Amino acid sequence: MKNFLKFFLIILVFCLKISFISAAEQTEKLLNPGWGFKGFFGKFDRGSLQRGYQVYTEVCAACHSIKYLSYRNLSETGGPEFTEDQVKAIASQFEVTDGPNDDGEMFTRPARPADNFVSPYPNEKAAIAANGGAYPPDMSVLVKARKGGADYIYSLLLGYEDPPSGLSLDDGVYYNKYMAGNKIKMSNPLSEGLIEYGDGTSATPEQMANDVTTFLAWAAEPHLEARHKMGFRAIIYLIILTILVYFSMKKIWSRVESKV
Amino acid sequence: MSDHEYIPKSKLGKWFNDRLPILTLANHLTEYPTPKNLNYWWTFGAILTFCLVTQIITGLILAMHYVAHADLAFSSVEHIMRNVNYGWLIRYVHANGASMFFLAVYIHIFRALYYGSYKSPREIIWILGMMIYILMMMAAFMGYVLPWGQMSFWGATVITNLFSAIPFFGESITTWLWGGYAVDNPTLTRFFSLHYLIPFLILGLVVLHIWALHVPGNNNPIGIDIKKPSNDTVSFHPYIVIKDIFALLIFLIVFAFFVFYSPNILGHADNYIEANPMVTPAHIVPEWYLLPFYAILRSVPDKLLGVIAMFAALFILVILPWLDTSKIRSAIFRPLYKQFYWFLVADVLILGYMGAMPAEGIYLLVARVATAYYFLHFLIILPVLGSKEKTLEVPLSITEPVLGGSASASMTRNRLDKI
Amino acid sequence: MSDKKVKRRDFIFTTSYALGAVGVGAAVWPLIDQMNPDASVKALASTEVDVSSVEPGQSITVLWRGKPVFIKRRTQEEIAKAREVDIKNLKHPEKDEDRAKNPEWLVMLGVCTHLGCVPLGDKGEYGGWFCPCHGSHYDTSGRIRKGPAPTNMEIPKYEFVNTNTIKIG
Repeated sequence: MKNFLKFFLIILVFCLKISFISAAEQTEKLLNPGWGFKGFFGKFDRGSLQRGYQVYTEVCAACHSIKYLSYRNLSETGGPEFTEDQVKAIASQFEVTDGPNDDGEMFTRPARPADNFVSPYPNEKAAIAANGGAYPPDMSVLVKARKGGADYIYSLLLGYEDPPSGLSLDDGVYYNKYMAGNKIKMSNPLSEGLIEYGDGTSATPEQMANDVTTFLAWAAEPHLEARHKMGFRAIIYLIILTILVYFSMKKIWSRVESKV
Repeated sequence: MSDHEYIPKSKLGKWFNDRLPILTLANHLTEYPTPKNLNYWWTFGAILTFCLVTQIITGLILAMHYVAHADLAFSSVEHIMRNVNYGWLIRYVHANGASMFFLAVYIHIFRALYYGSYKSPREIIWILGMMIYILMMMAAFMGYVLPWGQMSFWGATVITNLFSAIPFFGESITTWLWGGYAVDNPTLTRFFSLHYLIPFLILGLVVLHIWALHVPGNNNPIGIDIKKPSNDTVSFHPYIVIKDIFALLIFLIVFAFFVFYSPNILGHADNYIEANPMVTPAHIVPEWYLLPFYAILRSVPDKLLGVIAMFAALFILVILPWLDTSKIRSAIFRPLYKQFYWFLVADVLILGYMGAMPAEGIYLLVARVATAYYFLHFLIILPVLGSKEKTLEVPLSITEPVLGGSASASMTRNRLDKI
Repeated sequence: MSDKKVKRRDFIFTTSYALGAVGVGAAVWPLIDQMNPDASVKALASTEVDVSSVEPGQSITVLWRGKPVFIKRRTQEEIAKAREVDIKNLKHPEKDEDRAKNPEWLVMLGVCTHLGCVPLGDKGEYGGWFCPCHGSHYDTSGRIRKGPAPTNMEIPKYEFVNTNTIKIG
């Protein structure tokens, strides 16, 4: 009988091993620069968020929408925390369609902080048509929508390579070692000194990838800091209460001659 | 039920209780004699009650902000996560609450399997429990459809297509389920309606489950019948209440860890992509708690037989009290059953793991062996064990570990009464 | 059992109860607060209205925070009528000068302070508004003169961005 149990355990371990091996074969190990927003006290780096917003607007926003965010989110606590005046200025650079007015006509006006981010294309079909048949995914929850999360986005941005010899790529298709199937329709978006950071940080591809991934991680999870803070308090509270209840229980059960 | 008639002390209490005996009920619940040797595996009943109440409350709140429409569902969930006050907290509690609910219910079920809690005279409790379990799976499946992400959409498509295996009527049934020719807005709205209904059905069944439990009283780790109330029992309040609270708090620490630090780890990344009827994700997997059944479904090469096998795996549990022919309840006194019990646990874990892997090669082979063993356990091993197994001697009572030397718990009871 | 022991037991029970109650309270608050206006609702604080086409005597109604706002360009006669009232006789004494900073323009929430209906313009015994639900009469300054409503119609926060544009909120 014991042997039978062993047999099952061996099969289980064997399966686990196989799956790890095959998983390793399929994809490259993702890069992880060490994210400050992970862990019990994880917080976003404000400077990185603000730089990441700059990378997003200057590089990504030409094709990728981020439609579930509002401009006002940029000044909310736990985010990039721009000042409200800065956010007003940012929003006013965009035109939104509003209306109908009293004559029944739609009109455009400068965006206000309460408006959602303006998308680069009017709809998904237009985005696909303008990008060679590939839809540039909306970035609002992108970090949560990809296996590997922030690590994956960061790795993908730095994963462009020359294709191995013998692999020919069609026009508008690029080789990326972290993309499933290695073929991606987005050209390498980051290059040395592509943008000029307002705070003087030097714009290396690693720096830009790090900043924009941090920004996207916040965009996907804007209440992350509040969640970590509340979670820490909740767990400490539960531990203390559990200890108290344990002693209460011991007291109560001491009335009967039986162990709890 | 308690043997003595409860009479409220105050005049008003008596007046009220004569008309609506709610105080009698409260008295019954607090004084309910419970075996004093219950271990921590017995606290999951209270934990499950907590889970159900939590799911109902958070679900009610989410329904205040959620919009059940194919065009708006995904963005309304994002609205909850971003704009609603504490919306992220409530949604993460609800989503992870479903997983915690199933974790607790699996422990509860496997506890019943180990200690033979499904055996006479507790068959009805067990069957009600299985009905609750089946409804839970339906509620969880429909709830997972509501965010209208890719996994929602394709999970709904795959599961509803199971019914197309039914001969002759299959196609009309799926069309009827969908309200169209594919999963679409009508499917979403009806799933929302049913997802809202089912928890209240579960609540009703839980009341019956507890009612049926209070007729014979709790089983206990040594699985013998005990006299109630006696030296072997304690009153439910405060002894069991405080113990349940203690266990619940530990459970809550685990729960809180998921909600606050890994809220998406039990979900699938693809469900943060809005549903797209044109593109199927590369690898469709159900939520972890449905994986063993999913593995059974896939391990049968025929469509109809696969569906039948999956439902049979579930309904075989309903008739378990009649498949297990042994008179002894607790595995403690059944050395062979104890072995096979752990094989079954391992088998279900293996099935769950295979359900998450692609259905090919070695995975498929192992899943097939595990599926065969699952049915072997219930259909062959359990009935045979009942007559062949040499059981250990069972004590007469909890307080006095005297061995009665009988293989039958009820016979032991009779002998005790004669003494 | 000695007194000391009893005290310690009481202390553990009392602390457990108290701490448990605090936890339940903290857990209930999010369940209540979720019904308060959410961040997107709070953000829609202001609206701008073009009033260049409104002639004296006319009024327009715009929607602000889900409620109608009456913007009335009053005639000289209506202004005079509103200003000659002795406020001591009013149920809710307010000077017209305080309600309409620019006497020509009256901007107020078009919601009856009784139970929330929208009053009708140019109606009622005082030439102002009349609420059809329960018969409250308002004067040309939107002040309650007769009927069950307890207070004058509310004046929202607003400002003239320029001569033709009013920003409410």
